[in-house]
Amino acid sequence: MIARRTLDATAWTACAEVLGRGKGELMALFADQNRVHMIVRDPREQSLEHLCFECEGGRFPSVGRYHAPAIRLERAIRDLFGLEVDGLPDSRPWLDHHAWEVSAPLSGEQRAPVSCPDYAFLPVEGEGLHQISVGPVHAGIIEPGHFRFTANGETVVRLEQRLGYVHKGIEHLMQGTTLERASQLAGRVSGDSTVAYQFAYARAAEMALGISAPARALYLRALMAELERIANHLGDFGAICNDASFVLIQAHATMLREEVLQAADNCFGHRLMRDCIVPGGVASDLTKESIQTVRALLDNIVPRFRQLFAIYDSTASLLERMLTTGIVSNELVTRFAAGGHVGRASGRNFDARRDLAYAPYDKLSFEVPLLRAGDVDARLRIRISEIEASFSLIRQILDSLPSGKIKNDLPAAKESEGFAFIESFRGDVLVWLRIDGDGKVARCHPRDPSWFQWPLLEAAVEGNIVADFPLCNKSFNCSYSGHDL
Amino acid sequence: MRRLLLESIGKKPVTLEGPVASDRATQELAKTLDDLSRRVLGRSLAIREVDAGSCNGCELEIHALNNPVYDLERFGMKFVASPRHADVLLVTGPLTKNMKIALERTWRATPDPKWVVALGDCACTGGLFAGSYACVGAVKDAIPVDLTIAGCPPRPLEILKGLIALMEAATRKPVTKGAEPPPSPLDR
Repeated sequence: MIARRTLDATAWTACAEVLGRGKGELMALFADQNRVHMIVRDPREQSLEHLCFECEGGRFPSVGRYHAPAIRLERAIRDLFGLEVDGLPDSRPWLDHHAWEVSAPLSGEQRAPVSCPDYAFLPVEGEGLHQISVGPVHAGIIEPGHFRFTANGETVVRLEQRLGYVHKGIEHLMQGTTLERASQLAGRVSGDSTVAYQFAYARAAEMALGISAPARALYLRALMAELERIANHLGDFGAICNDASFVLIQAHATMLREEVLQAADNCFGHRLMRDCIVPGGVASDLTKESIQTVRALLDNIVPRFRQLFAIYDSTASLLERMLTTGIVSNELVTRFAAGGHVGRASGRNFDARRDLAYAPYDKLSFEVPLLRAGDVDARLRIRISEIEASFSLIRQILDSLPSGKIKNDLPAAKESEGFAFIESFRGDVLVWLRIDGDGKVARCHPRDPSWFQWPLLEAAVEGNIVADFPLCNKSFNCSYSGHDL
Repeated sequence: MRRLLLESIGKKPVTLEGPVASDRATQELAKTLDDLSRRVLGRSLAIREVDAGSCNGCELEIHALNNPVYDLERFGMKFVASPRHADVLLVTGPLTKNMKIALERTWRATPDPKWVVALGDCACTGGLFAGSYACVGAVKDAIPVDLTIAGCPPRPLEILKGLIALMEAATRKPVTKGAEPPPSPLDR
């Protein structure tokens, strides 16, 4: 458990200013009743700090005023908790589209909905500009969100996102529920990261309860997490190439992905491995035959995957679409503490498995790839290297898989808190959890890596042609559901 | 690349044999597709997918239908980019209130005759999210649903069985035209 400090308004604002000067990274900002929590990381010391602010009169000083990555988080806190944010530069609602029968649903009191004028997109002025409005129902099979492009001819001058369409009220549903049901909800925050979320949730619950999972369960969790990472990166590798109309790689990559999912189904009984990680351990054991299934899977797909990447790497017409497209600067990924391939393709050297090491990764060896170009190609290459690292990790996990039981019993609950960072394929997922005296969930906040990646997509697409937006978008692959909660 | 292409010519297809229509789905459709004009679509269905609040798990498995193993298009079904081109709306998620107007508009933009498939536990019943302040719940509470495919998410083969049942029903059975959903305040 990291040290926790409660700050007064002056110290809270001073901390925001420090973040704004680039001396620290904002990892999370969320509310719990009348208290606001902030988790910050010092990248030089590799240390985390947990800061709190007790709101008086339902207000707290804005962090976003000094540190832009906090703005959307503060708009969401305002919508959900009804807390006022003093000095918040953008006071438009974010998750609340005024379609609910309540306002401030997490405030703990029944508040009537407030009517609101139409959402005001940021004004754009200039000669020869036109707007393209996309979504929430998109042309492809993707999640809903609204993109407002302002273009000059073919060139995008500004992209503004509007999200919140898939807000399901997950945090509200988690409150007052059992640990088991909250775990199921955590697994449905973002379906592509169901393993990572349930991994993070389980570790947060175990920290709160003061227990740990058996060694075998820890290794099985990592096996699932790496299978999930491979499956997602393979899917995106194909999809990115498909968005450049290179269908050959898409066809083969989807086949590789299918084989990973079938192996996962074979081993754990679910293709996405949902509800396989539970607080205290894992739900089902891996048989000897299943271990052979995973080994056979690797033997089968590794050479085919390498052949596929060689095609990517030697097709000039394809590379031409990827290189120098959608560049994100190092300065931006550092300021936003962007995780995953988005951060690592632009030189942010962070991976929760290594830098906030958790079992069993502290006993495994793996490379964390790092590039600086920050374009679509770099993000794709980071994913390729991560797939290779995951192949190696899975072999290590199978070679050193401990024997023994797979689940520890949960002790009687007491009032307690826990949190965990887990590296999903997309970046670091955080789950923060507070348990009440009855063993029920008092508050749970799942924070998706997308919160700090979505705003960078707006920056990445600027100056690119409209037709390259799908490439930029897919190379990020932010989660709508994980963000909207 | 040439090597891969040449190898592929010599190899057998990876595609699974097509499943037969799911009995449950056929029975469900027999109930809903009754007693109106018979319509033959020439065994071709255009599907528009609408995520109405899904966690994106269902989308991953819908995507899988397009891979060479399940290869949806060999049955004459394909995903289209606009509801105006669609015969079928394939809806996922516990219908969030923030997506309700968009779904209703999509439904209205789809020409008749049209079918709605609610895919996944959330779309069928609201699933784990039923009762949330932010969700309507089952898709049928907003627009008429002709077929449900349960699962969290359903496996691609299950989705395929349901869609094949729909295809057979749509090309053989009479069609019911659903009632218009109530106009939303934003639609003027």
